[in-house]
Amino acid sequence: MPEARTKRAATARAGKADGICFSTRGLTKVYGHGTGAVHALRGVDIELPDGELIVVLGASGSGKSTFLNIIGGLDRATGGEVVFRGRDIGAAGQRELTEFRRRHVGFVFQFYNLMPSLTAWENVALVTEIAENPLKPEDALAMVGLEQRLGHFPGQLSGGEQQRVAIARAVAKQPSVLLCDEPTGALDSPTGVRVLEALKTVNDDLKSTTLIITHNQSVAAMADRVVIFADGRVREVRKNTAKTHPKDISW
Amino acid sequence: MVNGKGMFALLRALDRKLVRDLWGMRMQALAIAFVIAGGVAVHLLAAGMLTSLEETRRAYYDRYLFADVWAPVVRAPNALIAGVRAIDGVQAAESRIRFPALLDMPDMAEPASGEIISLPESGEGAVNRLHLTQGRMPRPDHRDEAVVLQGFADAHGLAPGDSLAVTVYGGRLRLHVVGIALSPEHVYAIAPGQMVPDARLYGVIWMNRRALAQATNRDGAFNEVVVRLSRGANEAAVIAGLDRLLAPYGAPGAYGRRDQLSDSFVASEMDQLRTMGMVIPPIFLLVAAFLVNIVITRIIAVQRAGIGLMKAFGYSDGEVTRHYLKLVAAIGALGLAIGGGLGMWLGRVMAELYMEYFTFPFLVFRADAMDYVAVCAVSGAAVLGGAALAARRAAALNPAQAMTLPPPPDYSRAAGMGITRLRALDQQTRMILRQIIRWPARAGLTMAGIAASVALLIGTLFMMDSIKVLIGDFFGVANRHDVAVTFVEPRPRSAYHSIARLPGVMAAEPFRAAPARLRHGHLEERAAIIGVPADAELSRLIDAAGRAVTPPPGGLVLSDDLAAKLNIRAGDTIQIEITEGRRPALMVPVAAVAPTHVGSGAQMRIEDLNRLLREGPVVSGVNLRVDRDAVDALYARLTAAPGVAGVSLQALAADTLAGMMDENLGAALGIYSLFGALIALGVVYNSIRISYAERQRELASLRVLGFSRGAVSYILLGEVAFLTLLALPLGMAGGTGLAWYMAGAMSSDMFRLPFVIEPSTYGFACAVVLAVTVGSSLLVRRQLDRLDMVSALKTGE
Ligand SMILES: Nc1ncnc2c1ncn2[C@@H]1O[C@H](COP(=O)(O)OP(=O)(O)O)[C@@H](O)[C@H]1O
Ligand SMILES: [Mg+2]
Repeated sequence: MPEARTKRAATARAGKADGICFSTRGLTKVYGHGTGAVHALRGVDIELPDGELIVVLGASGSGKSTFLNIIGGLDRATGGEVVFRGRDIGAAGQRELTEFRRRHVGFVFQFYNLMPSLTAWENVALVTEIAENPLKPEDALAMVGLEQRLGHFPGQLSGGEQQRVAIARAVAKQPSVLLCDEPTGALDSPTGVRVLEALKTVNDDLKSTTLIITHNQSVAAMADRVVIFADGRVREVRKNTAKTHPKDISW
Repeated sequence: MVNGKGMFALLRALDRKLVRDLWGMRMQALAIAFVIAGGVAVHLLAAGMLTSLEETRRAYYDRYLFADVWAPVVRAPNALIAGVRAIDGVQAAESRIRFPALLDMPDMAEPASGEIISLPESGEGAVNRLHLTQGRMPRPDHRDEAVVLQGFADAHGLAPGDSLAVTVYGGRLRLHVVGIALSPEHVYAIAPGQMVPDARLYGVIWMNRRALAQATNRDGAFNEVVVRLSRGANEAAVIAGLDRLLAPYGAPGAYGRRDQLSDSFVASEMDQLRTMGMVIPPIFLLVAAFLVNIVITRIIAVQRAGIGLMKAFGYSDGEVTRHYLKLVAAIGALGLAIGGGLGMWLGRVMAELYMEYFTFPFLVFRADAMDYVAVCAVSGAAVLGGAALAARRAAALNPAQAMTLPPPPDYSRAAGMGITRLRALDQQTRMILRQIIRWPARAGLTMAGIAASVALLIGTLFMMDSIKVLIGDFFGVANRHDVAVTFVEPRPRSAYHSIARLPGVMAAEPFRAAPARLRHGHLEERAAIIGVPADAELSRLIDAAGRAVTPPPGGLVLSDDLAAKLNIRAGDTIQIEITEGRRPALMVPVAAVAPTHVGSGAQMRIEDLNRLLREGPVVSGVNLRVDRDAVDALYARLTAAPGVAGVSLQALAADTLAGMMDENLGAALGIYSLFGALIALGVVYNSIRISYAERQRELASLRVLGFSRGAVSYILLGEVAFLTLLALPLGMAGGTGLAWYMAGAMSSDMFRLPFVIEPSTYGFACAVVLAVTVGSSLLVRRQLDRLDMVSALKTGE
């Protein structure tokens, strides 16, 4: 990876005195109202440091996705506060949230959500065209090992390859935050590992704060920090001191 | 496991799904229903009016014994009527006296003209009865009692008890109005040679036979026979018999309803309605069929997994097909209901509008049940046909495959993708282009739909342009006189000079008019030969380029419709049989053929015509251009001048026509524009909605990636905007073709619509469609703004 880019990313982060990327206090989310109301989040208090690779675990329905969507500016909390590097994004309007996503956040979902009518290169270019300080699409695709597939349409790629294009697209603008909701959920083990490797490369090279939601316990082994959700709350946060490389993970 | 009862419950569930699907797509369903309704309504409107007018006319003519044949003569003894009645095929015949008249109306300065017709001496007569709306018929022994045509009476506030001064045959009569009436001969009360009726300027008076005979030097004689034919009689044979019998009495030739002024106007109006009812509805139904096809295809794509499940549960292919056809049938039924109601209502409104224009004593409003059944069948076939293909594809889905996530569509193999690799394109534009190229059939159909709407707008709205040109040519180039004065009988040239010298006359030209039969081979047409001065300025035939075509010495200029009917070209020789005076028959070379939009004409030099008629330099009348500030005095002098039979006011006719255009035609065209816009709405709205539904995930992804709403809208709406822009020129070309066809189809013996389309008409049609596109876009844009990013991304669809 080119030296200059890494340095630039690093200095961008150095300004934040406290080094906290996201912090939430009393975060709640209620879907619906009355008797049909679902309390997806029941008061989440957490601080996520900049630059870490964080794995989020928890049973299905425990509120992981809801949490990720709120800190990523896709959804709004019902109560509590969300602070992104000292800025309260809980109170931001639609336009500001769009701007926030555009400048800072890269998303990767279980369903790859690529534009079927654009090639791999063009899917990435879609984002780099509106970013301030993007990578070249071909460099982003090289990071996920797809330098040979630039001209292929999603319809011509395997599931794992499509997901790696999605990652390249998410990271091409050099986001300071990368949010991944079950990125390996639809993939078999060897393919999933390749995707995790790509995520790790991004985290190492760009120093993006990376959240990976997974229901797969073994993925926790590659994390700096593991957050465990249960019943709309954070049940446990644990620092991982013995990080393993994704290629040593399997399921 | 699935017993009969369970199956029933499942079927009920399927119907519940149907209702829910319909509700979910209610706006789209409504948009399609409106397109169907448009076709149904136009058809029913035209057909309803047509049957109503036809029925009304038939009932009116039957009840009031409207004549089948008219046979004018100069003067024939009363006893001759027995000979007429003896002709084979004549069921009833009446003789009468009929003359042009000047009606002296104190409430206006302009002279009113019209005709005066004798009433039977006893009883109501067996032909052409009057429908009294006020007062009574004159008593047989009261020579000064008269009945006045209702339109004229209304325009002047005449009522029984009023009196009226009339100049007929150069003499003045003072008449006492005792009744107001409608007449089957004057449904469309228009002065000969005019384009539009003007109730104020043209009146009809019926009066005592003896008194009129005396006033017109026709004691013991008549100058017209009206005949009703027996059932199954041959009109041509009767006309030939009449002509043989009446020839010695100066008969210019008998004629049937086809040549009767009022009835031929009514008939040409009906022909136009018939054309409208035939040409326009199929356009709507085709568009509806295509809309149904794309919408159902789309629904099936969305419900792929559900269909797989239904089939896995044991639903047969037939049941699945029927399910989707039922959905379409519901939309079709809605369209039929809306269109049926709208069409019948509009039919009635329009029929009533026509009532003001054609004076029928009553209106028989009839909507033909068979017609409704037929339109139901055709619309049903169109929409179900549109859906059948898509529904069959649904039924053919393999259940196992249908329940798995479909792979992303492959864009790599569509032809023409090459251009979209251009580096200069941004990704959003690339997406739009590829969407179009990947599904060319759909894009093509959308374009065709939009183009159809533009074409329909142009194909109907051009009539305004056409009629403007027609009026401009007729009044501005061909007939530039303000006033036409006609004499009771041909008069010496000095009569022309004395009129030309009247104060207020700025220019004057004499003319000689003689009724004639034109023959070429076995073809024969009746026409008036008009003799005009060599350098005629005020009344002339014009060529396609708008230049005057003046007849050369010895030659004849024919209007193109006559030339076509006689199969004659410039340079050919034509046989003319003059049907007045000594009835000379002559061979005359046709020097030129001139396209005319209104009526027909045959012109030659006045001195040639005089010579052919072996008469001195006599004139039938004078065309005048007048000083508009001095007209009142001039009118007074004209109506008082000896031997003047009629004064027709060309300038006023032009104003009346313009007014009528704005009112009636404006309303009709407004309705057609609305229908055109309806098609555009159906096509554009549906196509955006479908794109939206299909690309919801893509659009949500773009929002997640940080694209603003505007940028996301661009991808969605850019596609339809692009297709609309491509469709506009297509629609303009199609509209030009449709206008060309309509110009021909809507033309009649009376009018030939020139094929003219103003740039503003193209502009207006495009503007309407663009406005509809923008409106539809805004509707969908609202939904885009509410797009739920999270849930759109969660579904695996
Ligand atoms: N849009 C929604 N409407 C209603 N309930 C929802 C919605 N999204 C999530 N939920 C509910 O909120 C709870 C938390 O969901 P989610 O955050 O998706 O959990 P996880 O990602 O941990 O599986 C669940 O009970 C889920 O059913
Ligand atoms: Mg989840």
